[in-house]
Amino acid sequence: MPVNADAVGRSYGPFEPYEVTRVKIREFADAVDAYSGAYRDVAVAQAEGYADLVAPTTFAVVIAQKAEFHVVTDPEVGVDFSMVVHGEERFTHVRPLVAGDVISTTVHIDSIKQRAGISMVTTRSELVDADGAPVSTVYSTLAVREA
Amino acid sequence: MTESTSPSFDGLEKGQTVAEREVAITRDTLVRYAGASGDFNPIHYNDIIAEEVGLPGVIAHGMLTMGIGASVVEEWAGAGNVSDYQVRFTRPIPVPNPGAASVAVVARIGALDEERRTARVDLTVEFEGAKVLGKAQAIVDCE
Repeated sequence: MPVNADAVGRSYGPFEPYEVTRVKIREFADAVDAYSGAYRDVAVAQAEGYADLVAPTTFAVVIAQKAEFHVVTDPEVGVDFSMVVHGEERFTHVRPLVAGDVISTTVHIDSIKQRAGISMVTTRSELVDADGAPVSTVYSTLAVREA
Repeated sequence: MTESTSPSFDGLEKGQTVAEREVAITRDTLVRYAGASGDFNPIHYNDIIAEEVGLPGVIAHGMLTMGIGASVVEEWAGAGNVSDYQVRFTRPIPVPNPGAASVAVVARIGALDEERRTARVDLTVEFEGAKVLGKAQAIVDCE
């Protein structure tokens, strides 16, 4: 069954806020081979002007993918997850995420384009901090093949 | 007074290589990224499932490749100075077992914005001589 193109415009969340921790930042920095001391050493991060450890550029995907999960598992959208390939990704940061941030995310289905048995589903996750101030926008496009 | 790590805008030239790195991706790398990111899609650790969905075997997470690309840019740009970063995933990277997939990353200045003092860094990420990312661009805030 193809993806339901009428799902464009749907929004999900905000969900239980995500707490950014030092442990998770260090783990992610190791996983993507990020070298900077500001990802691991609080004193280094503070000397560079940050409140706490800085998250690498793509760390926001950890938070965004949790939100996107609600889209791909919504039966009314109809994504067969075993047929999904990641097409595109984009991060726009107002400021870097830092340890201690408490982030709420709302995800929107921005577009669904269908051609030749493939649906391109683009979501936009808006990440805001505990004060409601925007931190990052994460765009993700999934290519869903029809089974 | 803090010690800013953003690169100096003055003196940058279009086409200049600012960072490059060769990264060996192994199954261990994939397991570590799965745990760190929370992306447990079995195509990134289970050959049988990967082959069932038409892949040559276990492939690297696209977001791992994108994340490694960011790390190469950040090596020059400093932590927290990439304000925008986008990629298209154009080819999968099969990761053998045992062994490693060797990925070559080169970051070059693609464009300079004098007014905003930002540099667009274009990334070339290649596996076995073929590009695996398209339109891989990062915007870096400079001094």
